[in-house]
Amino acid sequence: MNRYSVFSVARNAMNYNKDWERAWRSPNPKAEYDAVIIGAGGHGLATAYYLAKEHKMTNIAVIEKGWLGGGNTGRNTTIIRSNYLQEPSIAIYELSRSLYEGLSQELNYNMMFSPRGLMMLCQTEHELRALKRTWHANRHAGLDCRMISPKEVKEICPIINDDPNARYPILGAYYQPRGGTGRHDAVAWGYARGADAMGVDIIQNCAVTGIRREGGKVVGVETERGYIKTKRVGVVAAGHTSVVMQMAGVNMPIESVCLQALVSEPIKPVIDCVVMANTVHGYMSQSDKGELVIGGGADSYNNYSQRGSFPALEHTVTALVETFPIISRLRMLRLWGGIVDMTGDRSPILSGTDVEGLYVNCGWGTGGFKAIPGSGFVFADTIANGRPHPIAEPFSLNRFAEGRLIDESVAAAVAH
Amino acid sequence: MLVVTCPVCGVHGDETDFHCGGQAHVARPASTRPENVTDAEQRDYLFIRHNPKGLHFERWRCDRGCGKWFHAARDTVSLEFKAFYGVTELPPVELMKQATGTWAEFFKDKIKAGKAS
Ligand SMILES: Cc1cc2nc3c(=O)[nH]c(=O)nc-3n(C[C@H](O)[C@H](O)[C@H](O)COP(=O)(O)OP(=O)(O)OC[C@H]3O[C@@H](n4cnc5c(N)ncnc54)[C@H](O)[C@@H]3O)c2cc1C
Ligand SMILES: [Zn+2]
Repeated sequence: MNRYSVFSVARNAMNYNKDWERAWRSPNPKAEYDAVIIGAGGHGLATAYYLAKEHKMTNIAVIEKGWLGGGNTGRNTTIIRSNYLQEPSIAIYELSRSLYEGLSQELNYNMMFSPRGLMMLCQTEHELRALKRTWHANRHAGLDCRMISPKEVKEICPIINDDPNARYPILGAYYQPRGGTGRHDAVAWGYARGADAMGVDIIQNCAVTGIRREGGKVVGVETERGYIKTKRVGVVAAGHTSVVMQMAGVNMPIESVCLQALVSEPIKPVIDCVVMANTVHGYMSQSDKGELVIGGGADSYNNYSQRGSFPALEHTVTALVETFPIISRLRMLRLWGGIVDMTGDRSPILSGTDVEGLYVNCGWGTGGFKAIPGSGFVFADTIANGRPHPIAEPFSLNRFAEGRLIDESVAAAVAH
Repeated sequence: MLVVTCPVCGVHGDETDFHCGGQAHVARPASTRPENVTDAEQRDYLFIRHNPKGLHFERWRCDRGCGKWFHAARDTVSLEFKAFYGVTELPPVELMKQATGTWAEFFKDKIKAGKAS
């Protein structure tokens, strides 16, 4: 792998940029691997990267039915934060957030991690109390977060509507100064390039069509490009988790629904933080290109079509126009949907299964972009050692039978 | 935009007039003897869902019409509704036969009891 640097930019400029090497290979699948990861989204690629880097498992493949990063990893609104309510959540999201801080250097790929500050507005008395509770929980865990007053909210984000007579007035906000955004595609591409350089085969345009078991064990996967033998399979297929796990006969506690986002035409900088308005269901930030990046709540019904409902969008936009009146006449450039995998407690699943050698990483739902580095790190450790990493352990599938839920459903009513 | 017809009052409207209540035909494990219900059965009841890519069976509520719950068969890829039927009823037999995966297993022994439409 050629390192990217100011010198490589200069050197390649002299050759009219004809000699850049490809960021990753397009290998043919081998007959057998030590492990196969199904799904080349951020979580699958990060898992492969850490399997190779931390556990020296380089004879592995990531199999992707479309193109790498073409799932939710390339469709999200890139919010990164770790101020969740429950201890296990704080542990994994903060591990992730802190890994993001050094990821561009580690992968030699610019993630554009931008800890620009993130505020969650308190627009009802109830929300104010709920977020104070989260704040106290986060202080126990040593997170750098604080409550801010309506005045500070207005100072940090001058375009916000602070009319005390608004239907949902700003009563304050919960602020994480080191929360922010990152470049979603670059996260997928950086991990892919890093994994590929260590010998991981990333096989795109090749759907997995079956998981072969013998007795209680995984023995291989059927793909569009033939059968591949392997003793360890990690399913990291987000919205398609239920479908893929069904191939191994495992029924999942997951529902797949569509979550949408949209961006406006580019304008001059108007907002340099991320604002989430959970009561009214909307959030917004501004990309480096100047587009306002907007998201809201997920649809209420199951959907595999990557096309969401119009009323959900209208609801989000209505809320944000109320919150940021200056955006009312902006035109929207693009909108899209992704199929997200929702669990009953809105927490992810990082787990082994009753099938020996079959592991699953899913349930990130509307909020797993922020978790990619941490999730890949602990999931790789879980697969390599055949036992849950301590941070992954609470997120096992068993929790649904044991009633040991990690309830984050109240933590944010919007998708983030 | 989904267009829904309530099989109870006959009202016809878009999805904002209705409310999707998730998977249909979820049977609560016998509740008269809670101690006989295993953790796995309770988990299946509360959390495990069919979530098929294709034909699905759901509960919907006629929010702005009669207020009643009813059932719908819908394709989760084309988003097309295939049938609306009563909350105590099984889907039309031909749809039960078209069901795949875990839904097919679920309907296997119910097809006999279903009504033709
Ligand atoms: C509109 C939107 C906004 C969001 N905003 C945020 C946000 O602001 N912050 C945040 O933290 N999170 C956000 N999320 C959530 C986040 O995008 C996801 O949780 C995260 O990207 C999931 O990553 P993944 O790698 O698990 O899934 P994906 O990136 O979806 O990857 C799964 C891959 O599996 C592949 N696959 C599926 N079936 C098969 C098969 N049979 N064979 C081979 N491959 C298969 C798919 O093609 C896909 O590439 C948002 C999501 C959406 C849709
Ligand atoms: Zn009705």
